[in-house]
Amino acid sequence: MLSHMDLSASLIVDRAGLDGLLGALAARGYRTIGPVVRDGAVVQRQVSSTGDLPQGWHDEQAPGHYRLHHDDDSSLFAWAVGPESPKSEFYPARSLVWRTSSTGDVVTLEQPQQESAPAALIGSRPCELAAMRVLDRVFAGGEIPDPCYRDRREGSFVVVAECGTPAATCFCTSMGTGPGVEDGYDLALTELTSPDGPRYLVRVGSARGAEVIAEMGGSPAQPADFASRDAVLENAARRIERKLDAGNVRQLLASNLEHPRWDDVASRCLACGNCTLVCPTCFCGAVSDTTTVDGAVERHRRWDTCFDLAHSLVHTGPVRATTWSRYRQWLTHKLSTWHDQFGTSGCVGCGRCIAWCPVGIDITVEVAAIAASDGAVPVHIESGGDRS
Amino acid sequence: MTENIGDLVAEHPLFSGLPTDVAELVGGCSQNVAIATGQLLLEEGEPARSLYLLRRGHVALEVHEPGRVPLVIDRIGPGQAVGWSWMFPPYRWHFDARALEPVGAISVDAECLRAKAEADPAFGYLLMKRIAAVMLDRLQATRVRLLDVYGRDVTH
Amino acid sequence: MLLTEVEPSVNPLMPATYRVVARRVETDDVVTLSLEPTSGPSLLFRPGQFNMLTAFGVGEVAISISSAPGAPGPMEQTVRDVGAVTHALCTAKVGSTVGVRGPFGTDWGVDELDDSEVVIVAGGIGLAPLRGAISYLVDKPGRTGQVYVLVGSREPDQITFPDDLERWERDGAVVKVTVDNGDAHWHGAIGVVTTLLPTISFDPARTVALVCGPEIMMRFTVRGLADLGVPLGSIRVSLERNMQCGVGWCGHCQLGPLLICRDGPVFAYSEQLERLISERER
Repeated sequence: MLSHMDLSASLIVDRAGLDGLLGALAARGYRTIGPVVRDGAVVQRQVSSTGDLPQGWHDEQAPGHYRLHHDDDSSLFAWAVGPESPKSEFYPARSLVWRTSSTGDVVTLEQPQQESAPAALIGSRPCELAAMRVLDRVFAGGEIPDPCYRDRREGSFVVVAECGTPAATCFCTSMGTGPGVEDGYDLALTELTSPDGPRYLVRVGSARGAEVIAEMGGSPAQPADFASRDAVLENAARRIERKLDAGNVRQLLASNLEHPRWDDVASRCLACGNCTLVCPTCFCGAVSDTTTVDGAVERHRRWDTCFDLAHSLVHTGPVRATTWSRYRQWLTHKLSTWHDQFGTSGCVGCGRCIAWCPVGIDITVEVAAIAASDGAVPVHIESGGDRS
Repeated sequence: MTENIGDLVAEHPLFSGLPTDVAELVGGCSQNVAIATGQLLLEEGEPARSLYLLRRGHVALEVHEPGRVPLVIDRIGPGQAVGWSWMFPPYRWHFDARALEPVGAISVDAECLRAKAEADPAFGYLLMKRIAAVMLDRLQATRVRLLDVYGRDVTH
Repeated sequence: MLLTEVEPSVNPLMPATYRVVARRVETDDVVTLSLEPTSGPSLLFRPGQFNMLTAFGVGEVAISISSAPGAPGPMEQTVRDVGAVTHALCTAKVGSTVGVRGPFGTDWGVDELDDSEVVIVAGGIGLAPLRGAISYLVDKPGRTGQVYVLVGSREPDQITFPDDLERWERDGAVVKVTVDNGDAHWHGAIGVVTTLLPTISFDPARTVALVCGPEIMMRFTVRGLADLGVPLGSIRVSLERNMQCGVGWCGHCQLGPLLICRDGPVFAYSEQLERLISERER
């Protein structure tokens, strides 16, 4: 593992160097997946050159609010995060698990083979890298790893783009997941502005990454470049508005399961599940069996949400029948019981759930409200009574 | 003008007709309480600390089971009493009791009541007689309910 | 020390095909299927574990294994008809093929109970996940601890495995059965299963209790055992939630911090577990 401070392995490249990188990865058989602007949002699509990337685009996010606007500048990464995340690449929204074929009485099960080429993720954020590590624990950290997830993940190449322009909804600094990152990637980029257009500090995080940088051109990074990187990250950290007390929240939520705030948020929550859809770590998946016209049976796995009434269905009915209990489940899982189940927090502070909630529920506000009246319980019995 | 709690106890069928000093004795352990609709007076497993004498509103005795709407075992109303597990160790509620509408009740502190019964056996005996009568009545009614007399006949 | 070795599969989402070689109707909505693999050896399991059974074209469901490991004959799984998948399994014809994934989950730990007195309390269909454990305990040579089997059922014709109950009693277990509602022919106990607890004499300090049934019944039974002096940690229960994978990936079987498929279904009782199953809609 090469140290990030091994300056001789770090480069400064310009945009042409990034095109060189994309070419090098494509030549090695990777599908290069990166950010593009589509339908008013930054989403993840196949990219072939830096011309596909969101040049001059900037996002503005707030509870229940996401807008892009365009400026005439040459930045490529001056936006925070869009609604999609690397989760889709390693854990597809819908996948075939098996299919049967029958000859007479004999039923044979076929497992689909991994069809697509490995992915090279271009411009993942540090919070997204943290989210991948969270999902690694879920799908590959137990006794039995998910072989499909593991194969996709191990085959992937990750180019992180550190954050210079966090959104108002971001709180990565509270969760220890950004705006910079020191390991876990193959290559890391930091976009540095300069009078001649942006330059990119490229740091190597793996042998695979080291092998590719030869085709990026550029020149060795200098101490001044690292100082520029530090300035970008410090500035980004200062701009982060939202906070969440990550050290306290696990215990706080575990001991406030009857807090009146849950009733309050339930009165606003639509149980639409948008938060779980955009969250880079939500992993619940449902299974369904269907028959095809030719008599084969197929089992599919698809993303599920704990906000769905059927999520907790036992044969007599759902265990979590109310929005109250489902919202409580989601937030206590994300911030508290995830620790018990997987040894980490489930939240990486990307703020997507805040921006994409149609009613603008902000988990940092909800947690703060519970903390402000830690231990409150709904008043059941009031003395004094009535006089009738 | 606040009413004397002893008078309220004496009005309640569980204690009516008993000497006034008995009502005062119980009143000394009591307070007037209100419970909002949908809230729980008793929660299964929680310490059983009070006897509730209902004065206004109905309470459902329930058991919860995952995946089901709470199963209602019984419905208790004004003039009746809720909660017996305070009488014997381990002093924990066996069921939930939920207010079906705004409930007004007298909450009698169990430890206080038990202490007074221990200290004054005559009072204790009167208390036990009244409570036993209510329990017998409930048990008989529950037994008849178990017969499921309205159920379909099943021929074997 | 493990009773048997559990063989992991490479992709735990792929079922193995098993044939229904026999089918036994237990009650009007309960059927026991005897299953043999279409090829290769039958899976190895410990009592208390479950398999995910697939009725092809309908779906998949978690079902406890009801036979004892190492017992002669095919693996047995007892299914109660409560939905589309269980209905398909209950009506599966002999000779038809089902999918089996497993075994999953924690087990009753019967191999550690050689010297303990074991009190087994089963409510309704809850006897099925305990059946293998009881046979194991009753049949194991050299065991010194007495085995008590207490069974609660709604009505006499709902009692499952009556032949096993008689057999266990012949082979040394104390067996008591109670029903909520008797009939003209029923001469046994009437009342909820907790009423049987004071009728057996066991040493709470040396006893391990295995409890399975509807959650209400388990909550009351645990309280009954605790009131008689059995330490909470010596009581083991089997819990159930929505299960769709069996391996901790689908997120459905969560109960607070626990994943029932991975941390259960068998749990040693504790204050924390009691709080968890007392919380409404958790």
